[in-house]
Amino acid sequence: MTSEIAVKMTGIVKKFPGVIANDHVNLEIMAGEVHALLGENGAGKSTLSNILTGLYRQDVGTVEIGGKKVEFNSPRDALNAGIGMVHQHFRLVSTFTVAENVVLGESDSSLFMDQKAVATRVQELSDRYGLAVDPSARIWQLSVGEQQRVEILKVLYRGARILILDEPTAVLTPIETTELFKTLRVMVSEGRVVIFISHKLDEVMAVSDRVTVLRGGRTVGTVNTRETSTTDLASLMVGRSVEFNRVVRQTPADRERIVLDVSDLCAFDDRGRVAIESVSLSVSPGEIVGIAGVAGNGQRELAEVISGMRPITSGSITVDGESVQSGRARSAIAKGIAHVPEDRLHTGLAAGHSVEDNFALKNYRSMSRFRILQRQQIRNQSTHLIEHYDIKTPGSETPVRLLSGGNVQKVLLAREFSASPKVLIAASPTRGLDVGAIETVRERLVQAADSGVGVLLISEDLDEILSLADRILVMYEGRIVAEVEAAQADRARIGLTMGGITA
Amino acid sequence: MRSPVRLERRLEQPKWLNWVVPLASLVAALILGALVLWITGKNPFDVYQRIFERGFAGKRAFSGALEMATPLAFTGLCAAVAFRMGLVNIGGEGQFYMGAVGASYVGISLGGSPTGITIVLMCLGGMVFGSVYAAIVGVLRARFNTNEIITSLMMNYLAAIFLNYLIFNSKSFWRDPDSPQFPKGKTLNARADWNTYSIFGIDLPIAFLIAILAGSAVWVLYKRTRFGFEVGVLADSPKAARYAGIRTTSTIVIVMALSGALAGLGGAADVGNFRGLLDAKGIQMAGYGYTGIVVAALARRNPLVTVVVAIFIGGLTKAGYALQGPDFPSGLVGTLQGLILFSAVAGEILIKYRIRTTPRRSEVVA
Ligand SMILES: Nc1ncnc2c1ncn2[C@@H]1O[C@H](COP(=O)(O)OP(=O)(O)OP(=O)(O)O)[C@@H](O)[C@H]1O
Ligand SMILES: [Mg+2]
Repeated sequence: MTSEIAVKMTGIVKKFPGVIANDHVNLEIMAGEVHALLGENGAGKSTLSNILTGLYRQDVGTVEIGGKKVEFNSPRDALNAGIGMVHQHFRLVSTFTVAENVVLGESDSSLFMDQKAVATRVQELSDRYGLAVDPSARIWQLSVGEQQRVEILKVLYRGARILILDEPTAVLTPIETTELFKTLRVMVSEGRVVIFISHKLDEVMAVSDRVTVLRGGRTVGTVNTRETSTTDLASLMVGRSVEFNRVVRQTPADRERIVLDVSDLCAFDDRGRVAIESVSLSVSPGEIVGIAGVAGNGQRELAEVISGMRPITSGSITVDGESVQSGRARSAIAKGIAHVPEDRLHTGLAAGHSVEDNFALKNYRSMSRFRILQRQQIRNQSTHLIEHYDIKTPGSETPVRLLSGGNVQKVLLAREFSASPKVLIAASPTRGLDVGAIETVRERLVQAADSGVGVLLISEDLDEILSLADRILVMYEGRIVAEVEAAQADRARIGLTMGGITA
Repeated sequence: MRSPVRLERRLEQPKWLNWVVPLASLVAALILGALVLWITGKNPFDVYQRIFERGFAGKRAFSGALEMATPLAFTGLCAAVAFRMGLVNIGGEGQFYMGAVGASYVGISLGGSPTGITIVLMCLGGMVFGSVYAAIVGVLRARFNTNEIITSLMMNYLAAIFLNYLIFNSKSFWRDPDSPQFPKGKTLNARADWNTYSIFGIDLPIAFLIAILAGSAVWVLYKRTRFGFEVGVLADSPKAARYAGIRTTSTIVIVMALSGALAGLGGAADVGNFRGLLDAKGIQMAGYGYTGIVVAALARRNPLVTVVVAIFIGGLTKAGYALQGPDFPSGLVGTLQGLILFSAVAGEILIKYRIRTTPRRSEVVA
């Protein structure tokens, strides 16, 4: 590691109406290091990286790259200065090939690009950094992990020397994560710089050289990874010491009864292929059933089918013995099914709408008199939920799309938890949340179960499932391939089943 | 090649842009128009002054502006209602014709009932015809995902053919049998005439009051009701709407039907309040439906502002007709309207995006 300073941000201030997202933040990054950016939800990490990539302009403060002061007016300026960002939400065109996506938007690309030359160059980069992906494959054929590699290739192709990855591992399987880390190490060994944003402390410990912690928009400090520990980092982030406990169940599940019964379910995915094949499962009141599996094995479709967003081709769904109409979300909501979808910003929420409107997204019908919305009622509900769920937002009327990633999720969770459901389907509910918020969400899930809600927890995070579920089902290629009681669960065995290997 | 100017999506949209940009785009259109006049050897100040005098200044001019504003307010609302949900209804023109057909049918059949009932029933007739006609486009869009711009445009041509058939190519119920040489519509019974009030010497057609009422109703519908909430969510994110159990298909059809009903109401006003008969040629020449799109765009889809903007465009149009002559370019008002639409759309882009010129070369790290 050389000691040359690659990026220096000094006294950065960025205000939004009602919040100071960055309050005199200082950040110093050496050439050739993986630098982790850590902080609670809403601490200002994304804002800081958006300033560095020219998406936002700081109100006060300076940015220096390689010792020279720079001013970016747009992401393209930043790219010219060698800074590229891999966003959490991919921006790929799904019908285009990998190579086409890589050059797309390239400023100097001519209309008739030299397909072959691009493919060769992409192949070169992909070999060099261990980013295995076929340049001629189309995006829709790729897994999420592969799509992320395309995003990274895109940035590398444009010659970025400084890469920012905003919560890149949130969508990866453990194996993919390990591979990504290898890639990052190769990149920094060439003198590039990686800024790595994550909420997962053990990942930060595993891959970074140094860590800068933000809290409430301010820099708390920068530490060498080798001289710190996950507990230290957690307390730096939160400002007090944090304990990691397995949440304790108060009331055991009532296994005699069944609240959600799904039998012989079949459904198609968006492309009309079979996504779910004769899935049968049941959830008892107060039980947490975990569904483990690698993303893309039908979990999302299963959640959509049960919550009435996707029609079933055969089979049945009942809640407390009453059947839910196929493909009718309103029927599912009325029967008491709450749903925390994987895609929060576009499915679970109307991102352009205010926080209060989003709280009312499912119960606005009851918040009206003679079909006129009772605005005051909606406002009161919002004020209550913001406080009760500790949501950081400038106000009730702020559009959800302007909230930080973690607070977006909190809005969604608050609405679904507060609807007093009978069944709760939660897909990756803690993805993107900070340690404190993860604990809160897990506690709430357990509380819900304790109060008699049947919970279906869908997650790729096996540790999460192991720590919360009473019973675990494994999904593979649209089928349930294994079922174990959590008490008898063997982590390694489940891992293998997730990969389709049945012993 | 790197282009010197680029558009970038704004992350933050300052509030003042919402009224500054439309005003600025209007001014820009007038300046561009002046440029055109100047190039063609006219004195722009002179021309604009005459437009202002004939369009707005004085009681008579303002009465004319209101008369022209009435149909435009309805077609403007028609476009605005659909725009709100991201639907581009170009079909206000055809829906307007159909509304006129429906209303004149009612008006002719009623013969001699008292004015109040006539007005209500004619309005209903216009709305039913306009909304059914537009709902077809909505069904095609909701069920088969056909592009509503294209279908609604095609439906305009169909409506024009139908209108010509009724008056020129058949002996329909609408055609005046006493005038075989010069085909025209049956004149409505005198009792079907709608009122025009005189207030401080300004003629205020009752249909304009209905337009204000309709604009307010649309405002309340979108701002305050459950239905408006559903439309808003659907416009924002169709997936979230599906998730929340909002019925996508029927909402699209209802919005299109509502949009068509407003254009149809305009058609009813045209027959009842102004022409007194189904004037096939006249309403086709007027092109209210298309001008309504300009009105809605300039009003940025706000239903109340739409009614106000209609007065402005109405006065402009009226002046254009009144001033037509050897020393006044006949296409001028049309050109101005085109420029206004153009700059309003450009203004819309400016609110969502910002323009960047070629960046200063930034330092590249070695
Ligand atoms: N465009 C914006 N307009 C208004 N407020 C904003 C905007 N962007 C961010 N904020 C606010 O600034 C604060 C910091 O947000 P930021 O997205 O930087 O947090 P973060 O550290 O990335 O959090 P997370 O881990 O939840 O993603 C939050 O309170 C957020 O609501
Ligand atoms: Mg963030």
